[in-house]
Amino acid sequence: MGERLRMIEAVRETLREELERDDGVVVYGEDVARAGGVFRATEGLADDYPDRVFDAPVAEAGIVGVGVGLAATGMRPVPEIQFQSFLYQGFHQLAQHVARIRSRTRGTISCPMTIRMPYGGGIHALELHSESFEAGFAHIPGLQVVFPSSPAETKGLLTSAIRSPDPVVFMEPTRLYRSFREEVPDDHEIPLGEARVAEAGDDVTVIAWGSMLRETLDAVEEIDASVEVVDPRTLYPLDTETITDSVKKTGRCVVVHEAPQTGGMAGEITSRVNEEAFLYLEAPVERVTGYDVPVPLFAREDAYVPDADRIETGIRNALEFS
Amino acid sequence: MPEEERAQFTIRSVQVLSEDESVDEELVPSLSDEQLLELYEQMKRSRRLDERAVSLQRRGELGTYAPAIGQEAAQIGSAFAMAEDDWIVPSFREQPALLTRGTPPHRILQYALGMEEGAEIPGGEGALPPAIPVGSQPLHAVGVGWGEALQGRSNVAVTYFGDGATSEGDVYEALNIAGVYDAQTVFVCQNNRYAISTRLEKQTDAETLAQKAIAAGIEGIQVDGNDVLGVYRVVQDAIESARNGNPVMVEALTYRRSMHTTSDDPSVYRESEEETEWEARDPIVRFQVYLENRGLLDEETKATIDDRVESEIAEAIDLAKEGREEIDPADMFRHVYAEMPPELERQYEAFGGEVDG
Ligand SMILES: Cc1ncc(C[n+]2csc(CCOP(=O)(O)OP(=O)(O)O)c2C)c(N)n1
Repeated sequence: MGERLRMIEAVRETLREELERDDGVVVYGEDVARAGGVFRATEGLADDYPDRVFDAPVAEAGIVGVGVGLAATGMRPVPEIQFQSFLYQGFHQLAQHVARIRSRTRGTISCPMTIRMPYGGGIHALELHSESFEAGFAHIPGLQVVFPSSPAETKGLLTSAIRSPDPVVFMEPTRLYRSFREEVPDDHEIPLGEARVAEAGDDVTVIAWGSMLRETLDAVEEIDASVEVVDPRTLYPLDTETITDSVKKTGRCVVVHEAPQTGGMAGEITSRVNEEAFLYLEAPVERVTGYDVPVPLFAREDAYVPDADRIETGIRNALEFS
Repeated sequence: MPEEERAQFTIRSVQVLSEDESVDEELVPSLSDEQLLELYEQMKRSRRLDERAVSLQRRGELGTYAPAIGQEAAQIGSAFAMAEDDWIVPSFREQPALLTRGTPPHRILQYALGMEEGAEIPGGEGALPPAIPVGSQPLHAVGVGWGEALQGRSNVAVTYFGDGATSEGDVYEALNIAGVYDAQTVFVCQNNRYAISTRLEKQTDAETLAQKAIAAGIEGIQVDGNDVLGVYRVVQDAIESARNGNPVMVEALTYRRSMHTTSDDPSVYRESEEETEWEARDPIVRFQVYLENRGLLDEETKATIDDRVESEIAEAIDLAKEGREEIDPADMFRHVYAEMPPELERQYEAFGGEVDG
């Protein structure tokens, strides 16, 4: 039987278990050792594993790039990027090397690195502390992009991510770090690339991940229809089958994300639904997303991030279309 | 050619007003009594703004705030050395420098209230907004300093960043490009000894941060950052040099006396002994004693300054809070493009915004 943990504790416990299990795992990043991370996700780990948990200089290109070399020597780097937006400082390393080292070496050298980073709005943070750039990461061949939505999911997905032979971008919704507890099974692995039906229903399919999954489940409670909620869990690889099977059953589809609309993952998911389930559709695929604007400072942030009301409206639009 | 030495360097370190209150008279910059008092008042204003902001944050009225308590001399001394038309290119902790350059305190508070209004540039020029990503803005300062030179003007850009920032690639690139293009740029690195929890020794193995400039072929110099006269003097020289196309990096040795931001708890990574040690080296106290010794500051003047500062900040708080309730969220669509593209216009209308014409 597992313990009831918050998401942040699930991150910490998973890291601890993987450090214990595999001598190759190294955890590093800005403020992760002495202070235990700005969100305290790595608190205490340096006490137990002083030789494998390190503070890093403020250098994201360095943090990401060093991982390629660590991996080449047989280690499993698990760096933390303090906030998702600061991965941009290491973006060239991610796109040019992390994602491609396997193909560039024809499979000789790989990069089993898991880059953890908090993302998303809802915690009234500073500028550039609330972005969710998932489509940008999913767009880079060679990466896997993973979104936990609860403490148990975090454990299962992070365990698989760390054990994966290929690099993973692991996006942790800050808003859910401490928002609720859940029983987290002891030995828990959720395969990457498998979606989950979070709630079964027949009238409409709603696809949402990370913090938006929670908002969606709230919205669904207000709706007098049978809603199926699908959490893809990994955006790359994307479990197209679970999504399209659901849409074939319901005939209607809504995709929710907090990233801006243009070029967002909703576009990709809509395309797959068109390709695989077009003749089953009774309404166009509806998108409920952030806007094509920089995430505003926190006084206006609530207007940007989709909330239960906006999601509810999106679902109603899909249901009422005829 | 068997082996020879190709380069040597030294880093000068300057202090005018020492910790024991002795003064190097030769190095004292020529400032009028009025200017000296202005420096003092600006430091007090800044300290008070930070203190009030932290307590407002604690009461849930403000968002995350990065106080500069302890760094007033480094910032105010340097900003005071700038000419009116020079540019400031700040990071997120530059309240003291911004105040010195004329940003009204209520704007700083508005920004901390999560309102974009606070980042509006007063007068529309001579400043870039606070850069939240660490170390990203020195490149902009190089662009400004180079741009001024290309257009035949002598204005310089003064950019601020921390010790942690010197680990970012962008900062190396900035120093290097500045050297290559003879950019009219001064780099003020406030070495406050910590990047959040990470102490300097974990940030770099370099003996000084100033020497990072040497690798880029530009001058690097250290100054006691808690000595407002020393900072003024060194940065004034650096600005003169930059006006002539010779960029300079100044490392101001100082200490962040409070938390990194209001979300941070320094007791996790800092000993209180160290904090007490630096309390004794506080830049305001040191300068106050200097002014008293020079006969420029008596109890009455001090009280007058304190009162003035107190009421100004109180006013700024009221002003910042005013209008917070009525802010229009549709504002987030308005300044993204010069002309709103059709996609965005559709989103804006769906949001309930009104499109003109
Ligand atoms: C690119 C980037 N990485 C990480 C952060 C998170 N962060 C904010 S401040 C900070 C430390 C900065 O230290 P330093 O440059 O010394 O400046 P100080 O905070 O001491 O003024 C970090 C890591 C960030 N804002 N930007």
